[in-house]
Amino acid sequence: MRASTRIFASIVAAVLIAAVVAAFAIAWRPTIAAIDPPDPQSFDAALVKRGRDLAAIGNCSDCHTPRGARNFAGGLPVPTPFGTIFSTNITPDPETGIGRWSEAAFRRAMRSGVNREAQHLYPTFPYDHFTNVSDEDDRALYAFLMTRQPVRAAPRENQLSFPFDQRLAIAGWKLLFLRHDTYRPDPRQSAEWNRGAYLVEGLAHCGACHTPRNALGAERVSARFAGGDVDDWHAYAINDQSRSPVPWTADALFNYLREGWHPDHGTARGPMAKVVSNLSSVPASDVRAIAVYMASVSGTPAPGRAAPREDALARAKAASQANPVGASIYTAACSSCHEGSRPLPYGGVDLGLSTAISSPDPRNLANIVLSGIDAVEGERSPIMPGFAASMNDEQASALLNYLRARFSDQPAWTDLKKTIVEARRTQTVFLQTSPAPRNAPADPQQREKP
Amino acid sequence: MMTLKVNGREHQVDVEADTPLLYVLRDDLKLNAAKYGCGLGQCGSCTVIVDGKAVLSCVVPMVLLEGKHITTLEGLGTIAEPAPIQRAFMEEQAAQCGYCIPGMMMRAQALLQKNSKPTDEQIRAELEPHLCRCGTHMRILRAIHRAARLMDTADASPAASGSAR
Repeated sequence: MRASTRIFASIVAAVLIAAVVAAFAIAWRPTIAAIDPPDPQSFDAALVKRGRDLAAIGNCSDCHTPRGARNFAGGLPVPTPFGTIFSTNITPDPETGIGRWSEAAFRRAMRSGVNREAQHLYPTFPYDHFTNVSDEDDRALYAFLMTRQPVRAAPRENQLSFPFDQRLAIAGWKLLFLRHDTYRPDPRQSAEWNRGAYLVEGLAHCGACHTPRNALGAERVSARFAGGDVDDWHAYAINDQSRSPVPWTADALFNYLREGWHPDHGTARGPMAKVVSNLSSVPASDVRAIAVYMASVSGTPAPGRAAPREDALARAKAASQANPVGASIYTAACSSCHEGSRPLPYGGVDLGLSTAISSPDPRNLANIVLSGIDAVEGERSPIMPGFAASMNDEQASALLNYLRARFSDQPAWTDLKKTIVEARRTQTVFLQTSPAPRNAPADPQQREKP
Repeated sequence: MMTLKVNGREHQVDVEADTPLLYVLRDDLKLNAAKYGCGLGQCGSCTVIVDGKAVLSCVVPMVLLEGKHITTLEGLGTIAEPAPIQRAFMEEQAAQCGYCIPGMMMRAQALLQKNSKPTDEQIRAELEPHLCRCGTHMRILRAIHRAARLMDTADASPAASGSAR
């Protein structure tokens, strides 16, 4: 072997070794020692209560408690472009949950997405937001979770294709997209605004749905709150690109987030329903803070987007002439509630105020028209019948085209039929993922009491 | 003028395209089993079967029914010869005031036509859009299970038994 070749080979070897060492250094995390599950009595009750409110703000139950399943026992399939990821059991079960996690292990998972056993966690768990959560709040969340009923439920295997099934890949993802800095208050803003910013950017992780993602599934920093995708629904743009016909104010946001509806905007539904349901039970001051911050994020509406209401009548007439089938369906199926005198949430929103109809993405409207809104047990909530059984795809298209033409000043949607076919398919699947939606007592004697 | 196929018979009706089916059934065809409850598609008492699927007839306009086959409770059986679903509801005494019952029976019938042995959970989920103010829910549940058993022994889908007209 010539000297030059030898030198070249050793350089290559050195570079390779350095790369392996670097990758190891980046990816490797130590295992944190298992502890004996702490006695629930050892946690301060006030701390647990605060953790409960924080968990509601964080909407933890949405992913970690599939409908009809035991609280926080995980197992919800989360579809991603890379495959399906299942949520984990975060009850204090020592074998299948986080019962053996110390507070330090919990905090590390929140801050850097690494579990106690040192595995990198997929960013479906939104630790890219949870880096902002304070030590104090992590402690309260830990106290809350460790005092829940332990549930023995083994985590389900993720279904991911290569190379996304390699947890090492997550270390690379973090290198590219995870910023480790925590939230720093802006001294120029009010304490309320800062509280809202801390919650929105951190625990509440609003951007996880409302910010569009890049090809590698990271939120696009340049398009914050510009609208994203979640579970076959469109999460509306909530920055200055918002399509809401009436601009959002802090007061409107507060009511919407707290009560689940607002007369100028309609009702929260789809994945947002769970969010507002959770926010109805937390301190009002926190919801107010979130509203104040988000109102400042959505800022002044983009010029020319608010629909001039004067020509609404002319539009209605033109739409009915152009699309008599859609107009007839609207009259019989929609107007009885949406033009009724009953106030929200029992009456339907004036469709001229509907963000769904003014949005560039027709999925939410298709979902809601086909599947309706189910009554929520124990909640004072809106309901709407679904129309999947009474309209075929052409008829549903005719209705949606009519609604778009009559109630927005936006151009007609393209590929509407495809959206409807897809909505029919995915919403059926969505309903089927809830194996036991109603909790009937198992013993018939129990329900036969005279 | 449009043609409406109800319980196997064709009717010529002179109505607007946006008239809800329920109005035509009750006012024009005098088929009064389907009830007007809320008129908003929120109580279920107006439920009929259209092409095998349960629909709320108070929010279904005529324009959607071209060429479709509608079945109302009258099409399932008669007083002399009740259909299994009707027999089962009588045998379980599932009605109190009875206003919601035709709608309940129609959706149960549609369910049993596609799932001959539904579980309690499936029946509850399926009948979720139906309100009953009297509170005979447990009897309704029992009646639907009984109807499933009756249909199992005597073939009972209206088309097969020939009782649909």
